[in-house]
Amino acid sequence: MSRLVVTSIGPASSVQDGGRHGAQRFGLTTSGSMDRLALAAANTLLGNAPFAAAIEISPFGAAFTARDGAVRVALAGASRSVDIAGRAVAIDSSMTIADGETLSLGFARRGAFSYLAIEGGIAGEEMFGSLSVNARAGLGSPYPRPLQAGDELETRTAGGGSEWRIELPPVPSGPIRVVLGPQDDEFSDDAKALFLDSDWKVSSTSDRMGYRLEGPAIKHLHGHNIVSDGTVDGSIQVPGNGAPIVLMPDRGTTGGYPKIATVITADLGRLAQTQPGTAFRFRAVSMAEAHGEARKFAELLRSLPDRLRPIDKIELNIDALHGVNVAGSAVSAIDIGTWHADTDLLTPD
Amino acid sequence: MADLRESEFRSALKQDTAHPAAQMHYEAMAALPPPRLLPSGDCAITVEFARTIDDAANQRVLALDRTLAETPVDGVTETVPTYRSLLVHYNPLRIGFDALGEKLIALAQHPSARSETRRHWRIPVSYGGEHGIDLEDVARTLKTTPDDIVARHVAGHYRVAMIGFSPGWSYLSGLDKSLTMPRRQNPRLMTPAGTISIGGIQTGIQCVAAPSGWHLLGRTPVRTYQLHRDPIFLLQPGDRVAFFAIDARTFAEQDRAAEAGEIVAELVSE
Repeated sequence: MSRLVVTSIGPASSVQDGGRHGAQRFGLTTSGSMDRLALAAANTLLGNAPFAAAIEISPFGAAFTARDGAVRVALAGASRSVDIAGRAVAIDSSMTIADGETLSLGFARRGAFSYLAIEGGIAGEEMFGSLSVNARAGLGSPYPRPLQAGDELETRTAGGGSEWRIELPPVPSGPIRVVLGPQDDEFSDDAKALFLDSDWKVSSTSDRMGYRLEGPAIKHLHGHNIVSDGTVDGSIQVPGNGAPIVLMPDRGTTGGYPKIATVITADLGRLAQTQPGTAFRFRAVSMAEAHGEARKFAELLRSLPDRLRPIDKIELNIDALHGVNVAGSAVSAIDIGTWHADTDLLTPD
Repeated sequence: MADLRESEFRSALKQDTAHPAAQMHYEAMAALPPPRLLPSGDCAITVEFARTIDDAANQRVLALDRTLAETPVDGVTETVPTYRSLLVHYNPLRIGFDALGEKLIALAQHPSARSETRRHWRIPVSYGGEHGIDLEDVARTLKTTPDDIVARHVAGHYRVAMIGFSPGWSYLSGLDKSLTMPRRQNPRLMTPAGTISIGGIQTGIQCVAAPSGWHLLGRTPVRTYQLHRDPIFLLQPGDRVAFFAIDARTFAEQDRAAEAGEIVAELVSE
């Protein structure tokens, strides 16, 4: 076994996976990655299950050192400077950190969260089927809290296989799409138009519980208190001050503010990767369009293994890899059979 | 989708308060107005039975929740009962909004015959002092004594209407109306685990330290959520709850026992 030691890390970086589902009825929120596509891309590069646990790295920098052997990792998500012992490496690719070497990540330049997946996944004890950190509930493994310098993760020792990059489609630049409701009737047509026709910015006070938005105040028709009801990732609630908050995976499972609209699943990760100060808009779509986008998003997740490209100097034939035992994990990454079962589910059962 | 959200369900809402508040006869549910179906994004439907806090509506929520547990609908991934609505998470790759909506309406009109939980808990509370820092203020505001507030709070027969926001946070209906208090102007940024508080017409048991705008009457050593204990979550929506007063020394003893994994709460009937 090797170890990956956290040499330095900014606040709000933590182990996250596909989330903890089934106990929201007891007030336990799902947690899980802010950007599911980036998590799945990082895991795919190593042949891990797409929503296996990885290190979610906040916009601040971080550094990790391999001990007692080499560690193979992959990085996807926010763009930032990345190097191993001073040698620049690309994001959206796998890489091997040799024993004693350090992987260093700069501040996020575009986007907010990076996902550092580890070959073979992260060793830990699942609670409610997840390793995701939910500090308030005392959950998460191997540490039930954000990572700190000095923390260590036990990892498989890298086998010395070839590295891969993943070709992702360009991130769409259009508005963040929403389905109106469930409480859009708590707002006048003018208030809804203001919500849909204004530029918004993510406030720097945002976190994994919610993204606070800066823009015009959205007024309620009947006041800002409703009897609490259930929330989802992407619920846009409007508290008394009229500044909308988009709920994120560490949200409360219920909330008592009217929810004007809900971000569609396909655009949640894109919103999560929006940096404070960047202007964006919302656009309302029909349920049919939202479900069409959900199908496309699921198709994109399913296509990730087909998007792997070897980054060795010689162009490798992917089919040839099936017959050669180069890093068993790389072979499993392109085992389509195991994939269709896993990525069919947008929301894990 | 538009059809399901239009006037028929909207007009039905006005009748919410006309429901018999006492024992619900499930056969009679077919005659009740159907719930409203509200989209919560592309992966969840809010099935809304009322807009107000209403025990009859809450019983319909829990009945639909039980029905879905007994008669699973393909594509439904998780349900979250709240005061007045059931949030139904679904996988849109497996079932559409309209198809699921129709099924939910039908199931709401013909709910499970199994009655709700008969569990009845007695929960110890250390009222006032450092455990209930707002007790004296509440008594002053309501122009009575702290002892009287405690007497009214322990006299209540409560029902777990929902568990939400943070793990084990149990919202109870059945608060004595004379204890109705508006929420605090300035919510506290942190209130301790085990807090027993009142807010509006509700009272609640808070399990983990969290922000709160309610008034703190006391603390219970009971953990409604505790890892590595069986069960991890003590209460379920529909459970009956009564409180009884303990002194600060008993609290300290029971708190240690609870920390070690004891349930401490008394289960009066199953």
